[in-house]
Amino acid sequence: MVDGVTYDVVQVTLLSLYVSGSATILGSLIGIPLGAAIGLKEFGGKGLLKTITYTMYGFPPVISGLFIYYVFSRAGPLGDFGILFTPTAMILAQTLLVIPLVAGITITSVTEVDRNIKNTVRSLGANDRQATFTVIKEAWVGVITAVMIGFGRAIAEVGAAYMVGGNIDGKTRVLTTAIMLETRMGHFEYAVGLGVVLLIVACGVFLFMRWLQERELL
Amino acid sequence: MNDLLRTEELTREYDAKTAVSDVSMSVNVGDIVGIMGPSGSGKSTLFRLINLLERPTKGRIFFDGEEISYSRPDVYLIRRKMALVLQKPAAMNRSVFNNVAYGLELRQLEKEEIQKRVDDYLERLGLTESKLRNARSLSGGEMQRMCFARSVIVEPRLILLDEFTANLDPQNISILEKAVRDFVKQEGRAAIIITHNPFQAKRLCDRSALMMNGKLVEIGETWKIFNDPVDERTRAFVSGEMVF
Repeated sequence: MVDGVTYDVVQVTLLSLYVSGSATILGSLIGIPLGAAIGLKEFGGKGLLKTITYTMYGFPPVISGLFIYYVFSRAGPLGDFGILFTPTAMILAQTLLVIPLVAGITITSVTEVDRNIKNTVRSLGANDRQATFTVIKEAWVGVITAVMIGFGRAIAEVGAAYMVGGNIDGKTRVLTTAIMLETRMGHFEYAVGLGVVLLIVACGVFLFMRWLQERELL
Repeated sequence: MNDLLRTEELTREYDAKTAVSDVSMSVNVGDIVGIMGPSGSGKSTLFRLINLLERPTKGRIFFDGEEISYSRPDVYLIRRKMALVLQKPAAMNRSVFNNVAYGLELRQLEKEEIQKRVDDYLERLGLTESKLRNARSLSGGEMQRMCFARSVIVEPRLILLDEFTANLDPQNISILEKAVRDFVKQEGRAAIIITHNPFQAKRLCDRSALMMNGKLVEIGETWKIFNDPVDERTRAFVSGEMVF
């Protein structure tokens, strides 16, 4: 323990997991069907939409934070919800970062599923929804990779979490914002320790996802 | 008797290329029709059109006397009356059992019924011992037999077989040809077969056709196509002068 550090590291770690895990789940629930639809449907402007999705891989967290900040600030269009400086706002800001990554990698993954399988699935009588679900299952390894990368993006970002969460002790402080705080205060060893905790947490989540990825779909 | 399937001037164009051009043909219940022709002559595209996987640029398809409308949201229900087996077996990344059960699950049959039917078809096609293996670990012949089982288990009225015995050994060819014959003749279905092998057409097909450059050159009784063809190109093909 370093002098002056009073917050509960376990609570900060659990909040990090809660915020980034929720953002990953929410972003995947939107990004996977979105990516599958873009990858499997033929429509005008498909190429442009794919390019936009891939470009959004580089969407800066502070811009995501700024957007959520504006929308949910007192003067913003959804200010009445009063969620600014809560974990909910952090989840929404991180979700915006996760969606393009998950959608983009899902596009690539479903596109690469053998065309013969896509034809066979439809030939056997699958409707659009059933065919899409089956192709997503066939692209399982790629889709889980998409979710892993989405989680990696969420757990590692600091700009959006800081901007819309405010790094409030006991309320919105997560591992990345805590590391930033400790560094600013000159507690380098403590910041490094928190960094190690962050890596261990990420490693645990990735191990779980790799288990999911490598499971035989029998 | 009503035709099970009838196509009228079926045409499919891709930009400047015409893959299928004005194909009119019919298939009755109990028919096995063979389509022969060189690679790139439009045979597989014709199958995708008949199976409603692609829309024709022009022409009409009638199934069971009813014209198929592609604008119907439930066009997949008409597709369920047919099944397609491809030359390259398409095994989904799951067990042999779950591959074969797939079409039945789409139709939301009871689990017990699915179990019973899948076991029956796996036995008929000699795949019982492999039923828990991942389908992608099967040999080429086993995989093609699995694909055939997966297609016929849903009891389609018409089965489309795209070079389904290409690259298989004689034993697997024999098993699959017998299964097709039983399926069509004993169960009152119909089949269209794409084949490069004239001997297979002679063995299996009631009627045969030659397709070239997207057009149906000639279609007729198999014995007539091989013994007394009308078109010169058909004559060259059956005499072995035209090889593809």
